[in-house]
Parts: sequence; C-alpha cells; structure tokens
Amino acid sequence: MNMLKTALLGTAIAAVAGTTAMAGGHGCAIDSGRISIIGNEFPAIQSVAALALECAAGAETASNLTADHQTLNVAGMTGNPAEYTSAIVANSSIVALINEDVIQPLDALVAEYGADIPPQQLITVDGKIMAVAFMANAQHLVYRKDVLEQAGLDVPTSYEEVLAAAEKIRADGIMENPVGGAYAAGWNLAQEFTNMYIGTGGQFFEPGTANVTINNAQGVQALEMMKALTEYMNPDYLTHDSNATSAEWEAGNVALMNMWGSRTGVLMDAEGSAPEVYENTVVGGPLTVGDSGTPATTLWWDGWTVAKNISDEDAATTFQALAHATSPALLNDETMSQAVWLMDGFEAQPVNEGVLASVAAGSTPYPMVPFQGLLHSALGDNIADFLQGAESAEQTLADIEAAYTAAATEQGFLQ
Amino acid sequence: MKHKSFFWFVLPSVILMLLFIALPIVSVVTQSLHTQHEQVIITVENCGPFGCTQAQSVDQEATQALRDAEPLGRFAGLEVYKDRNHLAVSDVASAWQNSNSYREFWNTLMNLPFYLALAFTLTYTAIVTPMTIILGFVVAIAINSVARSMRGPTIFFSLLPMIVTPLVGALILFWMVDARGILGTALQWLADDPSLSVKASTPLMWIMLMVYGTWSSIPFAFIVYYAGLQTVNQDTLEAAMIDGASRWERIRYVIIPHLAPLTTFIALIQLMDNFRVFEPIISFQAQAHARSLSIAIFTDLGGETRLLSSAAATSVLTIVFVAILLSPVLVRTWRDFGTKN
Amino acid sequence: MSVATRRPLTVKFVATSFLMLWLIVAAFPFLWTLWGSFKVEGDFFSKADWANSLFGTLTQSETGGSFTGAGYFGAWIQEEFWRAALNTAIVCLCVVTISLTCGTLAAYALSRSPYRYAFWLLLFALIFRATPPIILVSGYLLPFFEWNLWGHLSTTIIVLVAINQPFTLWMLHSFFKNIPKDLDESAMVDGCTRFQAFRHVIIPVMWPGVITTGLFSFLLAYNDFAVTSMLLSKENQTMVPKLASFLGTTQTKGNVMFAVAAVVSITAPLFVMILFFQRQIVSGLTAGAVKG
Repeated sequence: MNMLKTALLGTAIAAVAGTTAMAGGHGCAIDSGRISIIGNEFPAIQSVAALALECAAGAETASNLTADHQTLNVAGMTGNPAEYTSAIVANSSIVALINEDVIQPLDALVAEYGADIPPQQLITVDGKIMAVAFMANAQHLVYRKDVLEQAGLDVPTSYEEVLAAAEKIRADGIMENPVGGAYAAGWNLAQEFTNMYIGTGGQFFEPGTANVTINNAQGVQALEMMKALTEYMNPDYLTHDSNATSAEWEAGNVALMNMWGSRTGVLMDAEGSAPEVYENTVVGGPLTVGDSGTPATTLWWDGWTVAKNISDEDAATTFQALAHATSPALLNDETMSQAVWLMDGFEAQPVNEGVLASVAAGSTPYPMVPFQGLLHSALGDNIADFLQGAESAEQTLADIEAAYTAAATEQGFLQ
Repeated sequence: MKHKSFFWFVLPSVILMLLFIALPIVSVVTQSLHTQHEQVIITVENCGPFGCTQAQSVDQEATQALRDAEPLGRFAGLEVYKDRNHLAVSDVASAWQNSNSYREFWNTLMNLPFYLALAFTLTYTAIVTPMTIILGFVVAIAINSVARSMRGPTIFFSLLPMIVTPLVGALILFWMVDARGILGTALQWLADDPSLSVKASTPLMWIMLMVYGTWSSIPFAFIVYYAGLQTVNQDTLEAAMIDGASRWERIRYVIIPHLAPLTTFIALIQLMDNFRVFEPIISFQAQAHARSLSIAIFTDLGGETRLLSSAAATSVLTIVFVAILLSPVLVRTWRDFGTKN
Repeated sequence: MSVATRRPLTVKFVATSFLMLWLIVAAFPFLWTLWGSFKVEGDFFSKADWANSLFGTLTQSETGGSFTGAGYFGAWIQEEFWRAALNTAIVCLCVVTISLTCGTLAAYALSRSPYRYAFWLLLFALIFRATPPIILVSGYLLPFFEWNLWGHLSTTIIVLVAINQPFTLWMLHSFFKNIPKDLDESAMVDGCTRFQAFRHVIIPVMWPGVITTGLFSFLLAYNDFAVTSMLLSKENQTMVPKLASFLGTTQTKGNVMFAVAAVVSITAPLFVMILFFQRQIVSGLTAGAVKG
C-alpha cells in the first residue's frame, strides 16, 4: 500500500533530477516490427497511445481506442498472429485476459528493455510480471466548500456524516437533493455496492474458493446505507451514470458526492458551470462507513499488456514503444493533470489529492479475482430492486447470490 | 420453375445467409449446450502499485490440459437453459408447490430475471405493435389527403423518427424527458405535480419506452400503408359514395380490406423487431426499470467475464419465442403456398 | 369529381390538425437538435433551465455570439468526419447494389417456384431475421480476427448484405408475386431461357419494387451501429460509429456537441435524397407494394 505513497510523495524532490536524466536515456527510434493497441478512449489513454505510436513511427502502427474495447480485446488477441499486440486494461479487466491466456509474462522483456521502469509500475501475478501500470484512480468525496460553510458544517469523513450534513443542507433550504453519486443500474451501481461493502469490512468470497458470501450483516448494512443516501439524491438517481452525475454537479444541484478522481478535473475548470460552482469545488478523501476502519472505496490502476500470440520482434517493438510512452517522457503541461500518473516525475495537482488521500488511507484495490466480474454483473442487475423498495435487503442479497452462482457454475468456477 | 434454374437463382442469396446467419446460429446452439471447463483455482500473490494481496487465480497449465481435451467445453445438455438465470425450472417448480396463492407464485416468478424480462418484452410487443399499425394507418390516410405539392416535405418530416440515428435520437429525448428538460417540465405542468419524474418511476418509464418505440416505428407502417392507398380502386370508392356510404363506411368496407395484406406484412416485421427491443432501454438508461431479453444477452456479453453459453441460451429462447409469436402468420403463408400450386 | 374535393369541412379540419400534430411530434426532436447544434453544450443539455437552449445564455457568455459553428468545425475539420462520410457512401452504395442483385434473383425464383422448398426457404429466412444481431456479431469476431478479415469495409458490407437478406427477400418476393406470371412464361414459350425471360421481361417492370426495397436497404446500411461499431477499424469507420466515438464513455467537454453537429450532418443528405426520389419512392410502393 505504501509503495505508491512513497513513490508519489518522494518524486516531488527526486523528479526534478530524474526527469531530465531519463528522458534522454530512453531510446525511441523503433523502425521495425508492429504495434497495435486496443484500449478505452479517455484522454489519459489517448495520450499514452499517441506517444507510443509516435515513438514507433518507423514500424507498423495502429490503435483502436473505443468504449467496446472489452468485447474486442480477447477476440482480437486470440488469433495467431494477434490483431492487437497490446491491450490497455485495468485491474478488473486484466483477469479476463489472464483467464483466456492471451497475454504473455513480461519478465524477459523487462529484463532486456525495461530496466528503468520503477517497481511500483510492475503488476505481478504469482510472481510473473503481467502488466505495466501507468495511472491510478479511485472514488472519493467531492464537496462544495461554500455550501458546507453556509450550513456551518465540517468536511464529512464518513457516510454517516454525509447523511447528517445532507439533512442539515436540506433543512436549511440550501439544496433539495444535496447528495450525488453514480447510481445508474448496472456497472456503476455494482461499483458503489462494492465500495460500500468493502467499507463495512465484508468478504465477497469464502477464502480460497469461488463461493459467494455477501448475504450477511455487512451486506445488509451496505445496502441500507446506500438506500439512506438515495433519500437525499435526485429521484432519477438510478439513471445517473458518472457523466450525468457530473452534469448535475456542474448545474449546481449537488453539494456532496462520491466521484472518480479522473472526473474531478473537468468539474474544477471554468467550462460548463457557473463560477460559484467551479470555484468552490474541492476534493476530499475517501469516506468510511461504520467502524471497520477500511475506507469505502477501491483503488484502480490502468496499465498495458503484451499479447502472447505475436512474434518476438513485435513484442519487443510493442514493449519498447509503450515503455517509452509511460515513462517520464509522457509528462508535460497538458498531460500532467489528465491522471494520477505512476511514473517518476509526476507532480500531484490539486485535483489529484482525492486519489492520493485514498491511497494514503490504506484503501483496498479492486479485487483482481477471476470471478469478481460475474459478481459485479449480478450486483448491477439486482440492487435496484432493493433501492426502489420492491423487496427486502436479504431477498436482494439472496437473488444476487443465486444469479452469481448460476453464472459461476456455467463458467466452471463452481461445481 | 425448374429445380435447376431455381437453384442458380437463389444461390448467391442462400450462400450469404448460410455463411453469415445459419452458421452462427448453429454455433450459438452448440455453445448453449456446453459450459466452460472446470477451472482449477489456486491462491497466488498479486503485487502492484498499491502493494501485494493474496488472491485467487486460474491455474493456466492445469486448465489448459482440460481445454485441449475438449475444445468446445463440457457438454451440459440443457443445464444452461434450466438454470436460474434462464428458465429456472427447479425454482419455478418449488414456487408452484410452496405458493399459497397465484399472486404469491406470480411474485416469485417475477423475481426470476428471465421471466421478468419476458414479461416486459411481451407487454412491449403487445402494446407497441398495434399502436404502430393504427397510428401509421391514420398518418397515411391524413397525408394522402394533403395537396400533392406539399407531399414531399410532409413525407420527409414523417420519416424523421425512423431516419435520425437512434443513438443520438434517444440521447436527446433522454435529456428532454428529464425532470428539468422541456418535455419533463411540460409533463409536470400538465399533471400539475412539480415532483413528477419519468426517470424515477417504473410505470412511467415503461410508458416512455413504449411511446418512443411507437414513435420510431410509425414511419415504417406509414410508408407501407401510404403506398397501399395509392392503389385503392377509385371506381369502387365512387360507387360506394353513390350508394350513400359515409366516409367512415368507405374506410371500413373499401380501404381497410384493401390494406389487409399489408397489415400482415407490417405486423410480421414489427412483432419481430419489438420482441428484440434493445436500443431504447440502453439509451434511456432504463435497466433499473425495464429489462428485455436482448438486454439480458447484452449484459451477458458485456461483462468483464463474458457468459457466452448464457447469452447463447437466451438467444435460442428468443428465436423460439419469435417463432411461436409468428406462427399464425406462418400458417397463413403455408396455406397460400398450398392454394397457388 | 374526385373524392378529396367533396370532404365536409369538419373532417378536413380534424385530418389537418391531426397531421399537424403528428408532424410536430415527428419533427420536433430533430428541429430542436438542429437549433441546438449551434449552441454550446452547457445550453443544449442545460440542467439549470431548459429555456437556455432557446436563448443560448451560456453560448453568449462562452463564445460572445448567440450561435456557434464550433460543433461543425470540430466534427468535420478537427475530427475528420468527412472520412467517415466517404466510408458511409462506399458502404451504402455497395450494400444496396449487392443486396438488390442477390435479392431480386432469389426473390424472383421464390415467387415463381410452386414447390414446398420455396416456402421453407422463406420460413428459414424469417427465423434468421429473428436472431438478435448482438449475438451474431459477437460470433463473427473470433473467426474474422483469426482469418484477418476484421476491420475491412468489404467484410462489413458482406455482413450487412447477409443480415439484410431476409427482409429484402420477403419484400421483393411480394413485389414479384404481383407481376403476372404470363409475362415471363409467354417469353419462355417464345424460346427464351429462364434467365433471358428475367433479363428482358421482368427487369424492365421491376424497378418500382426494387427502388422501395433499396430505400430500406439504404437506411439500414446508413444507420447501422451494431455491426459497424464492432467490425470496423478506426480508419474505416462509417459515420454512426464515428459519431458514437464523439460521445464515448467518458464524455470529454465539447465532444458531445461534435456528435450533435454530426447528427444534423447525417440527416441533411437524406432530406435531399428523399425530395429527389419521392416520386420513385411513392410510385415504387404503389406498383403492387408489399402484399404479404
């Protein structure tokens, strides 16, 4: 947990010397082989892919950055030779590539070309390097300084305090629905439950097995807290993904919300909202729930992988170009605020404080478990029933377990 | 037509359909009868920027041996069809035995994802199809009475709901029906209820989806009916008028029978398309309120771990249900073939 | 005297007002988009007050004028939407041509065959059409990647033609049934082969039906998202997936307005097309139309 913290805080001093030394050290004139990247399409990934392709300008280059990357990447890396030589993934999506056995261990490539990649960027599974991470992300509190001051409130650190603050803001007549959150049914809602359940100290699975164990007191507690929060949300919350939640924030309708670190940049710039909104938007730390001590949030990384079914030359080209693209050479005034970068030389911006605080508070990374995705889907399909008051928390949790068990049996994780 | 010339005439079309539709269907059916191999799970240590954790992982070498032995996966027969996420045979049977009333049985049934999706899909199909046919007919009648010079623009504007890409069409409507959007505000004003929100209520969301579905398929019915109206025999109409038939009687006894064969065609296509309802639910972010069979397939394929067998089973069930729905039309076509020999 | 001129006033009034209502309902979202495409995002998707999109309050404060062409500039120049437009033109042209060529041949044969297998072929075509397209597309991915077919315009064209074939068959089948059998059979009595009879007797009279079916094939190819978004590489993207990429999962500021401008840009050529072809469309539908 502390590796990133030390690395990030330490770089403030080390970076100044490090950046200049390393930028020159990385050779970047690759003119043979092939690189073809598939990944999601948010700006930070666009920057990485652009630099990688520029670095390998002499080679055969292509990139496909799209929202559908998860559907395409496994199929596109299964052929031989694979269409894509690299997939950009996160800690949730790398497991699908490992399960299908389409990405290669990078130990040999790191030894040959990646001596200067700092250890905190290397993702190892069972001792083998499977990916190189380049950015971190987490959800944390975002609040309106002026509204909290007007209501005479301190910055909340737990969901219980968020509820109290929301009640006060509503009672004072400042805002009708002061709480925001990406509660859209599906992936977003499941992510909020995952955060909350981790915050209560719950275990998703029986240790060492794929047997789900969420129908317990912690599960009920997590659901009850989510429902309590929705009382202070816009009644349309089940249709609000993070785009819509950000739009609510910019419209000045929300004072407290749990939001992705990568999304806070646009909330604090001058475009799209009134000055009183963007000037008073401040990021806080992760929130807690109950007294487990674990923050109710998950830590995420994004990183790149190298396909298995490609020639050694293509693998070397891909590795070198991406290693360059995720080295300090990437960092400039424009890219610096796009993400919480993991490479040396990154200087934290005010928008990044929430993610750094989440890391510093000892939050849990999103579980990198082969069957977590199945549980995530089951959660996303079922929680809305409880929030709408259609059934009890126990019934919802039982439904989730049953849906997960059927899916995990089909996938061969359960017998 | 001779067998030989028939063969050559249909060959290109049949090859295309065999390769790109029939083969995939065969593989879908095969897939739905198989499940993944037993995965050998081991506990490993994962390290990354946030430190190290103990987690489960699939033992690739051990699993690979199983995969090589049976590349299609384990043969499971109808297991996937019978599991809880599909027909839920055992859950339905136990609910039937343990329920004290039909109402209780119904509630248990509606808690099962497949039956809930089926209920919405059938309701949607049963309401949108006739609405489309009736309104498309009325629009066609109305446009047919417009002065000829105005018909071009009128037809274009009437086709707009079908033309504008659903992707953005629904995005804009999604904003419009928001409680603070133009339509949402109008609805609140009409209902005199400032807290009314379409997106927050399941019944209103269902109505919204059906209104959108009707709106976007009226142009199809309209254009087909409009064409039919051009061929109505004017002499028959004149004769009916001389006999003193009212306007309504002329529509009822001359125009509607003339358009009946077209209605069959529209109903066929609309039943099929409505049963596969998908895009509006995604665009209106309505998964919390309404799920269709296509949405179930989409979530199975779109998750981090793709549930291929589950999606395949739902697809096969969809095809079977469409075939049942269309059976009256198919029987009719069969009889037509019989008489024309 | 024609029927239309003898309508009582009340009926005419009801018909006209219903038509006006329908036209407003049908066209309003598009006209709203057209108007809004010249505003900034804050106005178009205004959460603060819907009237902002009428008056352009934020457009005024962000750009200094009531209208801005930034969406169009961004989409067409900066994001090179014209490439996608070119690809769409190629795809539509090829899909319509191939679809109609295969479709007319097969549908003609189906309408002239007295045997049961023709019925079964039509029936299977119907079952094929009932398959959800998502599952078909996800089935294509693996083999296409394996055989290096993925990403090319030609692959997408063939797939679109194949998926569209059942509808084309059914529609053209009904058209051909309305062309009297005596026409081609008398030509065959005169010594033509089946193909010659088709070529010289049927082709000259089939255009109305073909044009109508072509219109539907065209709209399918023009508006398709499910197939084109999954099977085309970045540089071969057609307009609709390109438009979707402006929206993205994480909406970057300003890009949403590129999408809105793109919607207007996509719809405009269709307006011209329909005005141009309206006579053919209507007469095409007229000549026998789709009598299932």
